[in-house]
Formats: sequence, structure tokens, C-alpha cells
Amino acid sequence: MTNSIRDIAEQSQCIFIIGSNTTEQHPVIGTKIRRAKRQRGAKLIVADPRRIDIADYADLHLQHKPGTDLALLNGLMHIILRQGWEDADFIAERTEGIEELRTLVAKYTPEVASAITGVPAADLEQAARMLAENRPGSLLYAMGITQHTVGVPNVMACANLQMLLGNMGVAGGGVNPLRGQNNVQGACDMGGLPNVYSGYQRVTDPAIQAKFEAAWGVGLSPRAGLTVTEMVHAAETGQVRCLYIIGENPMTSDPDLNHVREALQKTEFIVVQEIFFSETAQFADVVLPAASFVETEGTFTNTERRIQRVRKAVASPGEAKPDLWIIDELAKRLIDLKVVEIDPDAPWADWNYAGPSDVMEEINALTPIYAGATWQRLEAGAQLQWPVPDEWHPGTPILHVGKFSRGKGRFVASDHVSPAELPDAEYPLMLTTGRVLYHWHGGEMTHRARNLAAMYPDALVEIHPKDAAKAHIGPGELLKVSSRRGEILAKAEITDRVEPGLIFTTFHFAESAANFLTNPALDPEAKIPEFKVCAVKVEKVG
Amino acid sequence: MPIHLTIDDVPITAPAGATILEAARANGIPIPTLCHHPDLKNVGACRMCVVSVKGARALQTACTTPAGEGMVVNTMSAEAVETRKFVLEMLLTDHPNDCMTCEVNGDCELQDLVYDYGVRWPEHAGKRHEWEIDPDPNPFIFIDRNKCILCSRCIRACQERQNRDVWSFAFRGFETKLVAGADQLLLDAGCESCGQCVAYCPVGALVDKMSMGKGRVSQVQKVRTTCAYCGVGCNFDLNVRDGKVIRVTSAEDAPVNGMALCVKGRYGYDYVHHRQRLTQPLVRAKWLDAETQAARLASGEWRLADQATKRLGGRVGSNGHQSPNDSFIAVDWDTALDVVAGKFAQEKAAHGGDAFAVLASAKCTNEENFLFAKFTRQLLATNSIDHCARL
Repeated sequence: MTNSIRDIAEQSQCIFIIGSNTTEQHPVIGTKIRRAKRQRGAKLIVADPRRIDIADYADLHLQHKPGTDLALLNGLMHIILRQGWEDADFIAERTEGIEELRTLVAKYTPEVASAITGVPAADLEQAARMLAENRPGSLLYAMGITQHTVGVPNVMACANLQMLLGNMGVAGGGVNPLRGQNNVQGACDMGGLPNVYSGYQRVTDPAIQAKFEAAWGVGLSPRAGLTVTEMVHAAETGQVRCLYIIGENPMTSDPDLNHVREALQKTEFIVVQEIFFSETAQFADVVLPAASFVETEGTFTNTERRIQRVRKAVASPGEAKPDLWIIDELAKRLIDLKVVEIDPDAPWADWNYAGPSDVMEEINALTPIYAGATWQRLEAGAQLQWPVPDEWHPGTPILHVGKFSRGKGRFVASDHVSPAELPDAEYPLMLTTGRVLYHWHGGEMTHRARNLAAMYPDALVEIHPKDAAKAHIGPGELLKVSSRRGEILAKAEITDRVEPGLIFTTFHFAESAANFLTNPALDPEAKIPEFKVCAVKVEKVG
Repeated sequence: MPIHLTIDDVPITAPAGATILEAARANGIPIPTLCHHPDLKNVGACRMCVVSVKGARALQTACTTPAGEGMVVNTMSAEAVETRKFVLEMLLTDHPNDCMTCEVNGDCELQDLVYDYGVRWPEHAGKRHEWEIDPDPNPFIFIDRNKCILCSRCIRACQERQNRDVWSFAFRGFETKLVAGADQLLLDAGCESCGQCVAYCPVGALVDKMSMGKGRVSQVQKVRTTCAYCGVGCNFDLNVRDGKVIRVTSAEDAPVNGMALCVKGRYGYDYVHHRQRLTQPLVRAKWLDAETQAARLASGEWRLADQATKRLGGRVGSNGHQSPNDSFIAVDWDTALDVVAGKFAQEKAAHGGDAFAVLASAKCTNEENFLFAKFTRQLLATNSIDHCARL
């Protein structure tokens, strides 16, 4: 997030949520948004193909078709520019590329945008007016924007809209992706990505490579590595022979699970480090028992870049060990086996970490955005949002104040492109996927939390009454959903939360995971799969 | 313009708009309250905070009366103290006398005030409520209306903080009843099971059902941590007794969320003690030296883990390896780590860094993820590390 949860909750005059089921997936942010709307009269616009819970609280719900976000956002920008509602001073001082944007969105008249998105032109006009008249406004998005073959252009369009309105670098504004997992922000920050070291320092930048080579005392690869989805393909072709999987469950969370299974079966050696015997663990050669978060000391970084302490409260069961201990032990063994030549004089070459504070010291030294987030400050209760460039820096609650990190903010405009797979005669329905309040991700934890599991015990497929009637499906009846890649069985939840022609399900249930159906088509740049749109058919079972 | 007043003979300066209660508490002068909570709008319902104000005809409720210029307040006048005692006695006339077994014993604002004011539980032949205990089948929130003091903190928490409007009062006078929706079950009334009503309840009327009988406040140790579900980063206190997390409680000073939590954060913690937790390293038989294996299995140091993995929820063999040689053996850490390190070293020598791919974890800490990345790059010599950020 460019901004903080607090300034959005307390200062946004208009909150525009697109592609985020906020009250179910980030419930406490959802609560704060409801409070902003009801207690201080902020405007709320929700754009989502489903009538999700927070849409019931919105001033305006734009129920666009899945995969038409670009047309929707371009349509809104068309109206803003037509009416002269853009922030001309902000655009002149702080941005570049406005003419390119103007030219591109000229095509997206309300009529054109409406035809593509299915949203009435009058609603688009009203939404644009609401955005223009209520500033600062913040835009919140989640996987509904990113999990498309046009994920990157979608994000750019969100940024375009906010720059157009002058909503960047101000309290109550910003482009705010809501991160789904407790420490997905931190895992990215720490270099758990194939193209960057910690702090988003590029592996392909020779100066950065040299810095880490000097620190760690080894030669390092100058080439970006494989993304999750690419790893699966490489495992299948035999290029990748060893998979080390830590606290992840690709056998529920990756697209096209039948394909993932084949790849895992072919892999020479798989190590799974987990707290439960996951679906993926079934394919492992070695399973290492890890500690859960209540047994661990360290830090997590939340969606607004706030670095916070995690504390050990209980001992691990049996011989389960903290991940930090496990990786440290493995590293020492590999060093003993001389897998690489290490310069012993390099300052951070060795692996003798007594605990997380030792690691944080190395993070501080090698990661400019975390340089001042020392263990001592965090332990003393300092509230730090990165970047924290030095030990005296108070942290950065709002990014891009006065100036963008790249200098001028660049408008990068993109045309609407249809999703990779659309319904046809054989697979006449569209499937979109997501999550529900009572479960989380692959369900490894929530299915073992007794009462959460009791609240939502079975995989459900949301289907509109008209489509249910067509297929002779009654409420709670078992149905088979199939796509070109696989099929699942799940119970029907007949609801007008979805429009006719659209069905919805989750990947919380291993046996009926939506990812047996989903399309592994990727955004070419971010390599994110198109989980939000694929073509399916439904049949009644029995 | 700041306001100057005197409370209990102490000259005090308060910001404009402050109530007597706020002015007093900001200066360390205690005034008892029940229906007041600093997060919620004041309703002046319980009358515990009454104080004498010079020149006023009657006692004033400190929580709703603005501090006035030149005001002279006595918080402990005989009249105020008597009134508070009377209020407490009245509450006890319709409150069970079961602090011994009450879930919130030691963590109850009514109990504390009754103690402070030396009030006795009144024997009387009059009517007491006999509401059904725990009438709502939802698994999270226990309701005992017999203990409800009608302070409305739950109602205001749901309206003003959660903005869900589940709770309200129905009926009047002695029949006044705290109800969900139109006297419905909680879940039918739109409850999202966030538990904020429980967190704001000053007595034992609303209680975290999962934690009942597992430990009261004096029996637990609280450990502040950050939630492991979504990325909002809520902080809360793990309540630990005898090495087990028995409850999660929210904390007013949590930087992101304050008293708010969601159903997963507040009530979804029990998986950490699930019987299916992995407790021993498992290695497939084919990676172990056959002789050592036979000896260690015979001595009981290692054991065949196929049954164990079934109990863990897995289906061994579904990877297509069906031979007995592919059974999982539960081994010691040194053996497991040596197998992994040995195989990694062998593959590295034969095929180089491109043979490896690592999935780090959005569930692990920053420090752990930093080391996973360092391990991948420094020792495996590849940049093929990723996690589920896109999934």
C-alpha cells in the first residue's frame, strides 16, 4: 500500500474498492471502511463482478464482468478528462505521459465502456463524478485486479486513475493493494522473489550483484530465476530436479492442479518443510516438521509496510523446530560439504545465527529500506513502516509524498484485452475464484480450526438461480464443474450474488479446489495466473 | 480555549469539549464507570459515574457532562458514593452470585466495583431473571443474559466500531432484553463472529465460548504477537496456560486494529495444537542406508511412519511411488538434515544451481525468508526462489 490503513480510514473522502472482497478477506480493514462510510460519511464505490458483502454498504456498486477492469477504469478516466475533472497542477508538476493516456482513453466513451463491462453508462458517469468531487480518495485493490493475463496493465490503470485525480502522496489517497497473507509483504521484501534480493535490489544489476557477492563471499547468479508457475513447468521437463518447499502448498494454490501433480511426481527430490502433512507433502522425499507462528520469534511486515514483532508463546509439539533453526542447520551442512567456495572474510558469509535479532542485523546492513528497522527499535515498540533508511528515521507512512520514487509518475495506458479463455458452446459458463470469511488460502489451518471448519464445512459453488434452473440443480445439490483442465464436485449455493452466466468457487478445499479448473495462462510480465476467469460447464451429479 | 476547573480540590486544565470524566482521568483522578468505554459514545446509562457539581441541583453523570469553566467537582461526595452503592445493589438484585465459577472472575468491572464499594449480594424474595443460558448455537459467542447489566457496550461496539448493527435492546423495563437482530440467532442477524461485543462486555454476559473452562485471567500468561492469517497485521494477546494457547484477546493499544479482530484472528487459533501437527522428520526409506534403517527400526529409534502420515491426513503413495522402499520413516533430525544436505550437494555437483527451485513462505517471518533467499542464492547458486505472492 502507498498509504496507511489509518489515513484511509480517517481521511479518505472517497474509497474506491476494485477487485477486493474486503470484509471477507481483510475483515478489519473492511470494518474500518464501513466505519468511514457510516460514522463520517466518506463515499464508497465498490467495483466487483459479485455482489460481495461490502457492496451492500456502498454508495455505488459497479458490477462489471470479470476481466473487464481495464475498460471500466479507462471509461472512468474518459469521463474525468471529458469533464475537465483531472488535477491539472498535479499532472503538470509530477507526471508524464498524459497525452498518451488522453489518446487511449478517448476511445472509452461511457457507451463503449458500458458495452464491454456491462455496467450502465449512467453508473459510470456517477462514479466518475463521485471520485472527482470527493478528494482525497483512495483506491484499494486485491487479487481481483492482479490475477488476470492483464494483471500489470490493470495495476497501471489503477495508478493512472489516482494520478489523474491527484490522489497520490496525500493522506487519504493512494493506490493500495491489500496483501492476502500475513507476511507476503515481508517475503517479497526479503527477496523471496526470483528477480530481486532483499529490498527489491535487482539480481540483474551488476552493482547490486557485486554488493551481495562481497557480503556473502561467493559468486552469485546474474540471471533472474524461475517464478512458481515456471518452476512447475521446469520440474516437469526435468530441468529442475530438487524442490525445497517451505510452508507452501502448490497442490492447492497453483493453477491447473492436475498438471502440478504430474510435475511433482516427476521431480527427483522434494523437501517439504511444514506444520501439517499437506497435499504437497504426499509427493515429498523428506518432510521437515516446522514451528507455527505461536512458537516463533521474529517479525512480519503487514500490507501497509509496517514491521511488527511475532513472539513465541508456547513450545513446539514433538521435535518440530523453527524454520530459522532448520535452514541454519542445512546451510552449515552444505558449507561443510563445500557446495560452494566461500570467502571466509566476507562480513556476512557465515551461518551462525543465534536467533532472529542476528538475522535482522544482516537485513539492516544489506537492505536500504530496512536499514533503520533494528531489532532494538522494534522490541522497544517503535512503529516503523518502510522505507526506514536509517536508525533515526521514523518510517514512511505515505509513499510518493512530493515526488515519486522514479521521479515523475508515468501514465502507462493500456487497451482492454479479453481474458485468455472465455465461455463458448462447450464450456458456456464463466468461473471466477476467491475466498470466504471463514477460510484462508489452501485451508491447511482453517480446516483444522474446529469452529471455522464448522461454520463452512463444504466446498460451495455460487450459481445464479437462472443457471441452476437450466441445469436442474437445487440448493445444496452436488454438482460437477468441469473445465478443459479438470473437474471438481461441490455443492450448489443458489444465489444472486453472481450474475447469470457466472459461477464462483474457492480453493479452500483440497478435494474440490477451484485450481483443478483454473487456467494457467499468465500475465507475461508478472507471471501471475488468470485465476479470475476461465470457461466451465456444470452438470448435476446423480 | 482550555477550561479550568477544580476536581476534588485539585485545579485542573482540560481541553475544550472534554467531559468531567475525561478531565478527571487525564489527571489521575478515578471515577468509576460501567457503561463508559473510551472507544464508544457515552450514553450515561449506568449512573456509576455520578459526581457532585457545586451549584447543580442534582448529581451529574461525569461521562456525559462537559467540563465547564470554573466548575467545582467532588467525585467522592457522600451523596455520590451512596448513589453508586445503590446502583450496584440494584444491579446485584438481578445478577447471579456465582463469581466462584464465573468465566470472567478477576476480569469483571462489576465485581471490582462491588468490591471497591463494599456492597453485599442482596438476598430477596423478589423476581430475578432466569434467562436460558447459552441459547445461541453459534460456536463463538456464549450468551448469559442473567449477567447482562444492560450497559449497551456490546450494542455500541457492534454499531460504532464493527458497523454491523447486530445487537439491540428489545422490550422495556424489567423485561428489557439484549437481542440479536429481531430477537434472532446471531448468525441469522448478520453477525460476522468478530467477537468485539465480547471484548467490550464489562461482565460475564458475553464470553468467548471456545475458551470457557480453560483458564481465567489470573491463570493465563499473555503474549503480544501479530496474527498469522491475512496481511492486515492485527496484533493481539495469546492467552497461554500450561503450554497451550487457550484464548486470543484483543488489546486497545494494538497499533493497526485496536480492539477489532476478525473471526479467524480471534477464534481460529486452535489449529496450532491440532493432533495432526508434524512432530518428527520423515524420510522415504529409499534415501536411508538399508542396514542402519533395519537396526534403528529394530531398536525403536526410528519407526515406520505410513500409519502416522495417514493419521496426519495424508495419503502416502499417491505420488506414484508404491514400493515398500518408499515408505516414510520417522527419523531423528541429524539423519533427515544429512539426507537433504547430501542430496543437495550431490545434485549441485552434478547439475549446478539450475537444478534447484525453492518456494519460500508468506507464512514465515522476515528473518526466515531472508535466510531462505540467502540459502538459495549463496549456497544453491540460483535465483529460482519464489512464494505464493501471486496466488
